[in-house]
Amino acid sequence: MSDLRDLYQQTILDHTRKPRNKHEMSDATATADGHNPLCGDKIKLFLKVSNGIIEDISFTGNGCAISTASASMMTEALKGKSLAEVQALFERFHTMLTSPMDRDPDIEVLDKLAVFSGVREFPVRVKCATLPWHTLQAAIKHEHRPVSTE
Amino acid sequence: MTTTAEKKIAGRKAPKPDAFDVAAIRNDFPLLQTQSHGKPLAYLDNAATSQKPQAVIAAIARYYTNYNANIHRGVYKLSADATAAYEGAREKIARFINAPSAREIVFVRGATEAVNLVAATWGMDNIHSGDEIIVSEMEHHSNIVPWQLLARRTGAILRVVGITDAGELSMEHYQSLLSERTRLVALTHVSNAMGTINPVDRIVALAHARGIPVLIDGAQSIPHLPIDVQKIGCDFFVFSGHKLCAPTGIGALWARYDLLDKMPPYQGGGDMISSVTFSGSTWNEVPHKFEAGTPHIAGAIGLGVAIDYLSGLGMDAIARYEHELLTDATEKLEKISGLRIIGTAPEKAAVISFVMENIHPHDIGTIVDGEGVAIRTGHHCCQPLMDRYNIPATARASLAFYNTREDVDRLVAAIEKVKEVFN
Ligand SMILES: Cc1ncc(COP(=O)(O)O)c(C=O)c1O
Repeated sequence: MSDLRDLYQQTILDHTRKPRNKHEMSDATATADGHNPLCGDKIKLFLKVSNGIIEDISFTGNGCAISTASASMMTEALKGKSLAEVQALFERFHTMLTSPMDRDPDIEVLDKLAVFSGVREFPVRVKCATLPWHTLQAAIKHEHRPVSTE
Repeated sequence: MTTTAEKKIAGRKAPKPDAFDVAAIRNDFPLLQTQSHGKPLAYLDNAATSQKPQAVIAAIARYYTNYNANIHRGVYKLSADATAAYEGAREKIARFINAPSAREIVFVRGATEAVNLVAATWGMDNIHSGDEIIVSEMEHHSNIVPWQLLARRTGAILRVVGITDAGELSMEHYQSLLSERTRLVALTHVSNAMGTINPVDRIVALAHARGIPVLIDGAQSIPHLPIDVQKIGCDFFVFSGHKLCAPTGIGALWARYDLLDKMPPYQGGGDMISSVTFSGSTWNEVPHKFEAGTPHIAGAIGLGVAIDYLSGLGMDAIARYEHELLTDATEKLEKISGLRIIGTAPEKAAVISFVMENIHPHDIGTIVDGEGVAIRTGHHCCQPLMDRYNIPATARASLAFYNTREDVDRLVAAIEKVKEVFN
């Protein structure tokens, strides 16, 4: 089969075991819930945006190794980024996961997130890797609304 | 290396599962000869759907090749042959579950449609505002949601029987829920997520003592146990063909004739009428009243042949063999450190749900798949049950009579591989 080591890279396992930024945020400007019913993964994303810049980002929830690591690495990658940069990154990430194996990921832009390129070999797991990102999209969409109406 | 469990089993004199010729049986299933990821397939997701024997596949091909025609309509031979095969399947089902009459067998798409049929017909006639319907915490969504829809329409209330930590129905709780407001008990015979076999005879007796009808969801029991609806004593029994070596899209509802006779039709259309005029229509007799439109003829014929096949092996022999496999698999899985089995009732069908410390079921599923072992991971359409155990999901191995100890060993080895990856 496609090599498991491509999927469960050391970096990914490290983030699964010790997820970064995994906590609630009391002064978030936006939150969103994500759910993958296929595997039961649930994630809650917290965002603090000021002047179009992600000042802080964190998550809570329970998920598989891939979605947990993806959430953890996403939060690390996005801190300090502008919403426009976030959008560009999301698009690259999504393109990487949905393009053929022989296409090299855009390492320049994706940087560490390129470790998820192995997920392409496991089509049923692509949703695990993108769950945190889709949840982020939902949070950004609601960003200008007060959190209390969430 | 031989484990003590293996030695114990090897030293046993009692009738061996090997008396059941699994090697020969496996040859009847083309799909079991295939490979997955370059390895022989160990198919352990039988609770989701079973594989199909060549006899069933051939019967379907024969229908389409030799006597494809619509039923109950033509005067020509082809149609008569198709009708005979379709109605013959109904009789086989009746005998298989010891129904008093084949008239009491209604063809449906599967267990889900059967429950929805009962809710939409019998339910709408008999369930009123403030009435109570009893289900349990271990029900498949298909035996929860149709009742929720009915409750929403009628103002009825769902009461939920709790389960014990071992995954057994709490009989005390069940008894305490039975009241003069209870109009229906709808419970599963065997849990698809844990394998628990519920004491349906007692469940029915307790309800009937109060004059309450009982629907039994037999989707997971009929593939593994001999079924006798008269002995169970229930009023409705539902199942799907595809878990029983038959094609998808066909299943059956059994109900007592007097209930079916009083129930209004389910869907309107051809075949279910006796006469149609614009001033009103009258209904065909039971069971045709419930079978509007052209049914899944090939599916019904396939289901009949699947039943012949299983009857040939003997449901008692199947149950015995699967129980031996379950014991073997349970002993081996229990030895794996960090693995916890969810559902440890003494009476179980061959379903083993488990979770592993710090490893999500979805990751278990992917890694064992790489070893050619197909198991299910997720909530198994039992979200309330997952909530009960406070887990998001489980990994589930569900065994059938064509599985072997080698399949079990392959699963165990694959789980060791999971641990290696996550060490
Ligand atoms: C206990 C139980 N009930 C009902 C069903 C629904 O069966 P189907 O999807 O074939 O209608 C299933 C299938 O998974 C089941 O396991």
